[in-house]
Amino acid sequence: MVEPDYLKFDTLSLHAGQEPDPTTGSRGVPIYQTTSYSFVDTEHAAGLFNLEQPGHIYSRISNPTVAVLEERLAALEGGVGAVCTASGMAAFHLACATIMSAGNHVVASRNIYGGSHNMLNLTMPRFGINTTFVDPRDPDAWRAAITDDTRVLFAETLGNPGIEVLNVPVIAEIAHEHGLPLMLDATFTTPYLMKPIELGADIVMHSVTKFLGGHGIALGGVVIDGGRFDWAASGKFPTLSEPYDGYHGITFAEEYGHQALSMRARAEGLRDFGAAMSPSNAFHLLQGVETLPLRMQRHVENTSDVIEFLEGNDAVSWVSHPSVSTHPDHELAKELLPKGAGAILSFGITGGREAGRRFIENVQLASHVANVGDAKTLVIHPASTTHQQLSADDLTAAGVGEDLIRLSVGLEDPEDIIADLARALRASQKG
Amino acid sequence: MQLEFRGATVNFATGGVQIDDSQPPVLMVHGAGMDRTVWSQQTRYLAHHGFSAMAVDLPGHGDSTGDLVSTVPEMADWLADLIRTLNFGPVRLVGHSMGCLIALEVAARHSDVTERLVLMGAAAAMPVHPDLLGAAERNEVLAPQLMTAWAHGSRAHIAGNPTPGLWMRSGCQALLERASDGVIHNDLSACNSYEAGDIAGQVQCPVTVIVGSEDKMTPPKATAQLVAGFDEVELQHLEGIGHMMMLEAPDQIREIVLAALR
Ligand SMILES: Cc1ncc(COP(=O)(O)O)c(C=O)c1O
Repeated sequence: MVEPDYLKFDTLSLHAGQEPDPTTGSRGVPIYQTTSYSFVDTEHAAGLFNLEQPGHIYSRISNPTVAVLEERLAALEGGVGAVCTASGMAAFHLACATIMSAGNHVVASRNIYGGSHNMLNLTMPRFGINTTFVDPRDPDAWRAAITDDTRVLFAETLGNPGIEVLNVPVIAEIAHEHGLPLMLDATFTTPYLMKPIELGADIVMHSVTKFLGGHGIALGGVVIDGGRFDWAASGKFPTLSEPYDGYHGITFAEEYGHQALSMRARAEGLRDFGAAMSPSNAFHLLQGVETLPLRMQRHVENTSDVIEFLEGNDAVSWVSHPSVSTHPDHELAKELLPKGAGAILSFGITGGREAGRRFIENVQLASHVANVGDAKTLVIHPASTTHQQLSADDLTAAGVGEDLIRLSVGLEDPEDIIADLARALRASQKG
Repeated sequence: MQLEFRGATVNFATGGVQIDDSQPPVLMVHGAGMDRTVWSQQTRYLAHHGFSAMAVDLPGHGDSTGDLVSTVPEMADWLADLIRTLNFGPVRLVGHSMGCLIALEVAARHSDVTERLVLMGAAAAMPVHPDLLGAAERNEVLAPQLMTAWAHGSRAHIAGNPTPGLWMRSGCQALLERASDGVIHNDLSACNSYEAGDIAGQVQCPVTVIVGSEDKMTPPKATAQLVAGFDEVELQHLEGIGHMMMLEAPDQIREIVLAALR
């Protein structure tokens, strides 16, 4: 049987979206640090503005350096197109704003990043879009929450704070049974660990800020269009299936079919909301993506060493990561995440809030920051930082116990990471 | 645009422009398993440059309803009947791959409705690899994968989509995956069993043929055999471009098509 001779993942990480610069031969991706692009003549300008022909007009809408990153991320995810944005939050907003309008409704996992939760829970309702939050592990809860106004199901591939593994094929099927798309935040997995589109997701977004960039030096986001969802057949997405006055009556689904979402998100969403990625950030993020497969493999290996250490340490009362056999999604993770369930884990420290505070103050190599997915190991103790205003009961309700420490395992030598954690754990117990 | 014909809905992309009867009509016909959107880089441009541009979804493809048509000559009869019944004609026909075979048959046997042909990814015979035919018959994802792999030049497998942010390979694969079960097999079987005979010799109207040097599905040699049969033909060569030339080289294709149609 013949096989498709596709370029493989590692090759695409280095090459997709770029060929040597046609004018200079530059092998590295050049930073096109420009706001605008010269038109050949008025006819060319008119054609670009009217979507009659492709090309760059103004860097809020597209930029050649950013386009390399977009094509590369679409390639790695197996999406038909991608739109990069200024941050992960901007990507989430862009995707929502492209497919929804006032009066629409979202069903979302309750175990998502705090920023995304805020946007859905507090901000979007001001614009007439409401959300019902459900337990991501409960398919019936997803089904029950869908109403006539629902337009998208949203979750993270790996949730927060319990590192819940989303059963993507099951939730995708529920979405599709109702003529709805499934949108996933795949920040914690990256396309190296999971390809959500192949599993049934329709839209994938990332905070490129995290593992994709890997270096923690540039913010960025991306919306990736899976291209399999039939917007016109669903009948629920007028932004894609009805004429749009913004471009003389174009109907995106009719002209672009499977690429309608990518085209509308750029032509309307970047044009009007303007949360574009800067070319310099795209350049920095591209350097990270080049080594994504190597880094993710090492993140996963180091995570496994760190977990083994934590499980044997007396100051640690529990460890939560899908690779641990007591994790509720352990079996599902083996199936959906055969290369590993990421490098973010949480553990409980004996001695609660006070011990957590002492632990954080005693780590030396690990950095105490509000971020994850850096090449460097990062720690945070929510009860004494991001969630310090909450009572013990409120913390438990939020799934963030007083004793919870979150760790994003980096690429340092695992022995050094472990030595640092061991020292801080010892110190934490000397109250 | 959606029109009723033979008890089914026929869907067209018209570039977001209402069809204007005073403009010369151009009918664009897609290839096996695909739909109107393969012309997305040309339809809107032609619609704004003096033509009634209509990229059709064949029956059972894209957003057209109706039963699949199982042979190329029958597809051509369907198209000629459509042109006559809906009073489009005579039209300029632009075809890709299987759409070229259909356009050739229409031009040869229904010369009254055909004014001009522009063919890309064309050959008089389109034998299909048995493994591909088998995968298509079983509705396996391998069929879209093989077609996508073979349908693009080496450059398109890496980079260079002129539309910022679009990734060509998955674009093609998603398009083919959206086809309902049986569609790809129907079309590939129609191509595989098609016997052209001296079709080129029967074409009376002017013909433009565009060849991609890296076209693996209708290789330049196969196109050359077809071209040799025409009385009057203009040949355009695209270096480094594969079978999906209207997406791989949209700017060049737009220019060639516009010049040919005028
Ligand atoms: C899972 C997840 N999604 C989205 C975001 C938001 O991304 P950004 O900070 O790039 O806006 C974050 C950032 O912390 C995140 O962890």
